[in-house]
Amino acid sequence: MDKTRIGNTKLQLNTSLMQKVTASIALLLMILFFSIVSPYFFKVNNLLTIALQTSITAITAYGMIFVIISAGVDLSIGSNIAFTGIMVALMLKNGFPIWLAMILCLVVGITAGMVNGILISKMKLPAFIATLGMQMVLRGLALVVTDARPVYLDNAPQFKQIAQAKLFNTIPFPVLYMIVLGFGAAFLLRKTVIGRNVFAVGSNEESARLSGIDTEKVRIFAFMFSGLMAAIAGLILTSRVNSGQPTIAVGYEANAIAASVIGGASMRGGHGSISGAILGAFILGVLMNGLNLLNVSQNWQVFASGFVVIFAVYLDKVRTSRN
Amino acid sequence: MDEPLLRMRNITKSFPGVLALKDVEFELHAGEIHAIIGENGAGKSTLMKVLLGIYQPDEGTIHLKGKPFHAKNPRNAQDQGISMIYQEFNLVPDLTVAENIFLAREQRRFHNLLIDDKAMLSETRKFIGSLGLDIDARLTINELSVAEKQMVEIIKALVVKSDILVLDEPTSALTEKEVQRLFSILERLKNEGVGIIYISHRMEELNTIADRVTVLRDGTFVATHEWKAVTVPNLIRMMIGRQLNDLFPYVPSKPGEVVFKAHNLNRSSFLKDVSLEARKGEILGLAGLMGAGRTEFARAVFGADRKDSGVIWMDGKEITTRSPHDAIRHGIAYLPEDRKKDGLFLELDIYDNILAGNLTQYSSKGIVNDSTCRAIVDKRIAELNVKTHSPRKIVKYLSGGNQQKVLLSRWFCKQAKLIIFDEPTRGIDVGAKSEIYQLMNKLKQAGAAIIMISSEMPEILGMSDRIAVMYEGRITGELTRAEATSEKVMALASNLAVKA
Ligand SMILES: Nc1ncnc2c1ncn2[C@@H]1O[C@H](COP(=O)(O)OP(=O)(O)OP(=O)(O)O)[C@@H](O)[C@H]1O
Ligand SMILES: [Mg+2]
Repeated sequence: MDKTRIGNTKLQLNTSLMQKVTASIALLLMILFFSIVSPYFFKVNNLLTIALQTSITAITAYGMIFVIISAGVDLSIGSNIAFTGIMVALMLKNGFPIWLAMILCLVVGITAGMVNGILISKMKLPAFIATLGMQMVLRGLALVVTDARPVYLDNAPQFKQIAQAKLFNTIPFPVLYMIVLGFGAAFLLRKTVIGRNVFAVGSNEESARLSGIDTEKVRIFAFMFSGLMAAIAGLILTSRVNSGQPTIAVGYEANAIAASVIGGASMRGGHGSISGAILGAFILGVLMNGLNLLNVSQNWQVFASGFVVIFAVYLDKVRTSRN
Repeated sequence: MDEPLLRMRNITKSFPGVLALKDVEFELHAGEIHAIIGENGAGKSTLMKVLLGIYQPDEGTIHLKGKPFHAKNPRNAQDQGISMIYQEFNLVPDLTVAENIFLAREQRRFHNLLIDDKAMLSETRKFIGSLGLDIDARLTINELSVAEKQMVEIIKALVVKSDILVLDEPTSALTEKEVQRLFSILERLKNEGVGIIYISHRMEELNTIADRVTVLRDGTFVATHEWKAVTVPNLIRMMIGRQLNDLFPYVPSKPGEVVFKAHNLNRSSFLKDVSLEARKGEILGLAGLMGAGRTEFARAVFGADRKDSGVIWMDGKEITTRSPHDAIRHGIAYLPEDRKKDGLFLELDIYDNILAGNLTQYSSKGIVNDSTCRAIVDKRIAELNVKTHSPRKIVKYLSGGNQQKVLLSRWFCKQAKLIIFDEPTRGIDVGAKSEIYQLMNKLKQAGAAIIMISSEMPEILGMSDRIAVMYEGRITGELTRAEATSEKVMALASNLAVKA
């Protein structure tokens, strides 16, 4: 075989690596900026707060990235979080053991994801529509079963440890979940047959089908995983606020999508990574926290994150079209 | 010596990691058909894309009719008199034939505000008729077969009058009849003084139309000759740098028992009572014209399309194939003909493309064994001589023939009892073709049954142990290797009675 080599082969080939490099540089610049303008920013405590606040976004983004790589989108995440939160709260209130309540909750989340997956792969509904419907269904259920009132957890004191405990009295548990689940999700995505098949299905469904990949199974799996991650987020959030809140987590799917896309996922499918999603989640987290310290209002923070998303995707477009 | 119509000098073009063209020379006269040949990845398409302004050369000059020529993009090149028919389809799938042909030059009415669909449609129909073709201009591209898509590409380049027409492997998706029609169109254009550049891997074809030939190898210019002054074996040696003794390395085999049997398959008007058997250790050639139903047969067997009725047996047991996944579990594999739409993952790399659908074999408990995978991929790349500097190259950036090799590699990994290859060597250079045939031989010697759908007569005659011929959804006859001749196959393919 004849090989002609010149120059910077590796860098150019790997566009997703490039995206991550860009995102990392952006993150570092943001950290640098906020460290300079605010004396409170670069303190251990504040950094841990950022990590804690980012953990929910990151964990939901792990699920979202599977769905996005399979060329879908999951808009039901926020409602899934609220509904599973309500469920665990109600079960604990009724005296279920914690472990059982938690497992059942995860099952509920996975089931919601499975229904999404079946609607999309077997009944051929567009992901946008199917998961939008699921979003409303779950939110509706959460409101109905609670009569739109919070469910307070007074009789399960250990449950709040799940999110409120700290390792060595410093590192909040949710940060550890984020790290462990991140490794797990990355392994699932890159090293297992089903994870790798997600890329194939998202890149060209017909090619995947004719190569013998069970595309329906792969799609359903991606949504189930997304549902599982949402349920875990639901447990953490419920434990953190020590109550089931039917109106919590509205719009969290947007954060998960934003984190994925900032980290190099393509909404057209076939591209994306867990490490990218974490980077994206931290970019959003640092931005929020920094603006908070600068006393920028919540409303302007939302504006700023939207701006970051559009800018990140635009940068990616510019780079890929130049190649 | 009069000024050539086109002169390209010292053209150099590099991509990250590849020097695709190095100091290439090319000249074209008015009224000639000039062939460009070379291995997959030799730089043929790139040279033409430089001419059309799709790529800007790193170095080199281009003169058209003696004046410096520069195209900003293909549209701009067309405005200056150079049109190209691409190896990859560039049609918009959801638009109609007429809309595609007039894309970006729509006819307008009502102060240019509205698109004049009626006028476009009738223009297109007139034009299609004048070329002696039969394609419904109202159909969307999605609804066309590969061959029809190719004809639309050709029509699209012909609606505008040009001084130079470039064709990049236009016939790889066409069957004999359309090829003849295309050639008569080209002869007519040539006599009108158009300069034609014709890229192809099919030597028989070039024999009938080429006036001159330029050979490229590894991005460098080898030679330009009068076609009549060189022999095909000589050209092949210039292309691949070695002698190729046997174009069709057929090995005789003793076919074993019947592994696959289809009985009376029907699917609307595409398949009518098709029955076929394949034996262990044989290559069954499936011949026929465009639209004869060969691909439809394969897709029905493979579970890619629903069939209306009919029974399939594997190893004597009746099976149902509701999806390709089912079919593969029963030991049936199918290499699709439309590589871009049904085969490749253009945005993924070679590695992922070769392994797609095969990972289960190279994993334990659902976890992929990366080192086995890497070894397999490296072996496949070397076997078919896929031209790339890294298995991590995104498939989109490979040359057309190399994409096809990657796709074939995926199917050579499959451990199937029946493998259906649909146009396996389309767009592949002569050297690699014989590698592919040898791999098929290996499969058949290992006991697999192979059905090879092909529109290339020499391939059908050269490699098959047995030949079945289809015409309009029916099997019109079967021939043994010994009795098969080009005439007999053609006769069956067009359903003319033959005297035995
Ligand atoms: N956009 C691109 N980016 C990177 N490499 C490219 C690009 N386009 C072409 N190449 C490389 O340039 C070389 C020449 O490709 P080209 O398409 O010109 O080959 P070809 O002679 O037309 O081959 P084939 O017979 O397979 O069509 C190949 O090695 C190919 O991988
Ligand atoms: Mg080419």
